[in-house]
Amino acid sequence: MTNREALHPRKPETGAAESSEGRFDQLFVNLGPQHPSTHGVLRVGLTLEGEVITKAEPDIGYLHRGTSKLAEARGYHQCVVLTDRWDYVSAMPNNLALCLAAERLMGLAVPERAQHLRVVMCELNRIASHLLFMGTYGIDLGAFTPFLHAFREREMILDLYEMLCGARLTYHYIRIGGVMADVSPDWAAKTREFLTYFKPRLKEYDDLLSFNPIFLARAEDVGVIPKELAVEWGLSGPNLRGSGVAYDVRKSDPYCGYEKFDFEVPLGKTGSCWDRYYCRVLEIRQSVRIIEAALEGLPAGDIMAKGVAKTVKPPVGEAYAHVEASRGDLGIYLVSDGGPAPYRMHVRAPSFVNLAILQEMLVGCKVADVIAILGSIDIVLGETDR
Amino acid sequence: MTGINLPAGDAPLPPEKPSAPAAPAAPAAVAPAAPAKNPYPKPVYSKKAGNLLKTRLWPTERWAHPWSQAGYRTAAIQLTVIIGGILLVGAVVDELAGWGDLLYRYLLAGTALLHQEFSARGIPSGPLADPARTAAGLRLGAEVLWTLFKVILVVGVINVNGIWAVWWERKLSAHMQSRLGPMYAGGFHGWAQTILDSIKLLLKEDATPADADRAVHLLAPAVVIVPAILAFAPVLFGTELAAARLDMGALYILAVSGVSVIGVVMAGWASSNKFSLLGGLRAAAQVVSYEIPRIFAVVPIIMFTGSLDLVAIDKAQSGYWLGFLPQWFVFWFPAGPLAFLLFLIASLAETNRVPFDIPEAESELVAGFMTEYSGMKWALFFLAEYAYVLLACFMMAVFFLGGGAAPLPFLGFVPSWIWMLAKAMAMMFVFMWLRWTLPRFRVDQLMDFNWKFMLPWSFAVVAMAGATLLWL
Repeated sequence: MTNREALHPRKPETGAAESSEGRFDQLFVNLGPQHPSTHGVLRVGLTLEGEVITKAEPDIGYLHRGTSKLAEARGYHQCVVLTDRWDYVSAMPNNLALCLAAERLMGLAVPERAQHLRVVMCELNRIASHLLFMGTYGIDLGAFTPFLHAFREREMILDLYEMLCGARLTYHYIRIGGVMADVSPDWAAKTREFLTYFKPRLKEYDDLLSFNPIFLARAEDVGVIPKELAVEWGLSGPNLRGSGVAYDVRKSDPYCGYEKFDFEVPLGKTGSCWDRYYCRVLEIRQSVRIIEAALEGLPAGDIMAKGVAKTVKPPVGEAYAHVEASRGDLGIYLVSDGGPAPYRMHVRAPSFVNLAILQEMLVGCKVADVIAILGSIDIVLGETDR
Repeated sequence: MTGINLPAGDAPLPPEKPSAPAAPAAPAAVAPAAPAKNPYPKPVYSKKAGNLLKTRLWPTERWAHPWSQAGYRTAAIQLTVIIGGILLVGAVVDELAGWGDLLYRYLLAGTALLHQEFSARGIPSGPLADPARTAAGLRLGAEVLWTLFKVILVVGVINVNGIWAVWWERKLSAHMQSRLGPMYAGGFHGWAQTILDSIKLLLKEDATPADADRAVHLLAPAVVIVPAILAFAPVLFGTELAAARLDMGALYILAVSGVSVIGVVMAGWASSNKFSLLGGLRAAAQVVSYEIPRIFAVVPIIMFTGSLDLVAIDKAQSGYWLGFLPQWFVFWFPAGPLAFLLFLIASLAETNRVPFDIPEAESELVAGFMTEYSGMKWALFFLAEYAYVLLACFMMAVFFLGGGAAPLPFLGFVPSWIWMLAKAMAMMFVFMWLRWTLPRFRVDQLMDFNWKFMLPWSFAVVAMAGATLLWL
C-alpha cells in the first residue's frame, strides 16, 4: 500500500457500501453527475428504501476551475472576466460584486449614470435568470411547454444584452469604475417595448404553471424549510425569503443606489417548494418595476469614473462587498498587498451555501421529490464549484 | 451645382448642348431597367442603433397581427382543402367494409374455380385424390391468404400511425411552444422527418449493457409490441370494418392489451440499471391499478348495449334524439359522460402519457425502463406506446363517441370509416394537448388518485347505468 492510499483510503465509487452494507432492503442510486435534471454536474448519492430516501449526499466539484486561485495571478480588470463564469445564467451581479469590492479597495466613486445602468442590467439579468428557473422547474415537474415560453422571453433579454455589449451570457459589462458602454436611445426603447410585451406574459405563466392543480400538488407541501432552519443553514435569496425571512441585500445594505427605487421584497409563507418558486415569480414583477423606474430617471453624465488605471494597484487593505444576486447573497472578499493582482479573493457563493441544506431536506422524501426540491433551490453548478 | 466636387478638367457636357439626331429615341430603347430591389437587404450596422438587433425578429414584431400574415391564411386554406377533400372522398369512396367482403368472395370464387379445374382435368392423385378434401384444402389456403392480408393491413395501420402520430405530435407541441417543429426533411413542413428517423433507428447500433440479462433484454420489446398488435384484431375502423369480428371484442381488447406490462417489467429488470428497475416497477404498479377503473368505465356501455361485440356497440349509437342529437353513449346522462371521463383518464395512465408518464419520467428516471435500449428495440417500445394511444382513441370512438355514426343526420353520406378516423384523431389530439400542457403526478399521488377517486367513481358509474336502465 502506498503512502497516499494509507492516508486517503479509497472508498467505493458509489458510496453504496458505507450506506447500505448488508441491507438488502436498501438501494443506492447515483443521481448524476450525468442526469437530465441535476442542472449541471451535481451528483447526489441517494439511499432508498422503496421510493423513500433515507440518506442523501450531495457531491460537488465536477466543475471546479479554481477561479479564486486564478484571480491571484490576474489583474483586477481580468478578474471581472472570471466572475462571468461562476453563475453563467446571471453574470451581471457577479461582475458587480467584484467591481464593488475593488472600488471599495480603491476608494473609487462611481458616476450616477453608471450606477443606474448597473441596476438596470442586474435587474434584467434577474428576470432572465428567474425565467430560466421557472422553465426548468416546469420541466423538472414534467411540464415542458412553460420552459419554451419562458425561454422565448429570456431570448429577448439576451438579444438586448447582445445589442448592448455583444455578449449573450458572459457580459463583462460592469467594469471597475463604471460600465463598459452607454446605452443607446434605441436600446432603451427596445427595453421598454420588451417590458410592455413581457408584463401580460406573467399572467400566462401563472395560468399555465403556477396555479396548475397538479403543479400545486407536486410543489406545495414538499421540501418545507422552516424559518429557523433556513437561517441556520445560511440560506439567502429567494430560498430564504420563501421561508418568510425578509432579508434582501438591496434593502438591508443598499448598493448602487437601490435605496432610491421603490420596490417590495416578496415573502413566502411556509417555505415549501412552491413558495420558493412563487417568490421568484413575484420578484420578476418587482424587477420590472425597478427597471421601469431606473430607465425613467436615467441621469445624464459619465459612465466611467475618472482616473481608473489600466493596471489597478489598490492600496494595501481588504474589502468586502456583497450584492443580491439572482440566487442570493453573493459576497466578494478582496485582500490587496498593493500589487497589481489581489492577494486573496474569497467568494461567498449563494448556490454553494444553499446546496448544503439538501442533505437534510431530502431525507424522508420520495424519489420524485428529490427533483422538485433540487430544482426549487435553484443552484448553478458553475457558481457552486467555481 | 449639387455639391459634388468634380475634377475641373473632367466636367460633364452641359445638357443644353444639341445632341446627335438619333439621341431622342435612344433613352427609351437603351436606358437600362432600374436595378431590381434586392429582396434581402443588407443588415444596417450602426453603432448608435445597436449592431445586431436590426436583423432579429422579436416575438413582438412577429405576433403583431397574426391574420395579416400570409402563413395563417395559407394554413386556413389548407385546412379547408383537407376537410373538403375528406368529404369529397367520402362521397366518392363508399364503405370500405363492402370492399373487404368483395375481396373475400373473389378469393373464395378463385379457389372454387381452381377446384373445378382440378376436378375437370383429374390432376389430383395420391393424397389429394378425394375431391372433397381438395376443396377443403383450397378453402383453407384461401382463408390463410385472407388472414395474412388482414394482418399485413393491421400492422401497416400501426406502423403508419407511429410515423404519423410522432410527426403530428412534434408539430403540435412545436406550435404550442411557439416553435416550428420539423421544417426541412421532405419539403412540406418536414413530413418525411419521422420516416428518416425510423431509418436512422434501424441503422443504429443495438447496444446491450454488459450486465444485462441478455435473453430477457432481447425479449422484452417483443413482449410489449406483440400484444399491441394482437389487440388490434377486433378494433373497428368503420361500422363493420374490422380484421376479426369477435363476440367478446371489448373484453378481448382489454385483456390482451394488459399483457404488455409484463414486457415493461422485463425491460426494467433485464437492463440491470436502477433507473430502469424503478421505471419498470412503477409501470407495473400503475398499469395494473388503472386497468380496474378502465374496465369498470366500459361496463356501462356493455350494460346499455347488452353485448360485448364492438359492432353491436357501434350500431346501438346510430340513432338521433329529436332528429338531431346523436345517441352516442357519451350523451347518455349521467353515466355516459362520467364513464367517458374515467375511461379517458385511465387510458392516459395505461398508455403512460402525461400527466401519468411516471414510468418514463424523464426528469427523474432518465428514460425509465427504456434507458438501456437503443436502435430498433427502443423504437419497438415507442411504436407500442403509440399503438396503444391509437387503440385507446379507437376504443373511445367506438364506446363513447358513436363509432362510425355521423354527428348530424344529414352528414350520413360520409362513410363510417371517415367518421371513425376523425373521432379517433380528435381524441389523439386531446392526448397530445394534455401531454404538452400538464405537469406530472408523483407516484403516490397517482396511486391515491386511482384508488381514492377513480375506483369509487367507476363503481358509481356502474350503479348510475343500472339506475338508468331500471327507471328510464
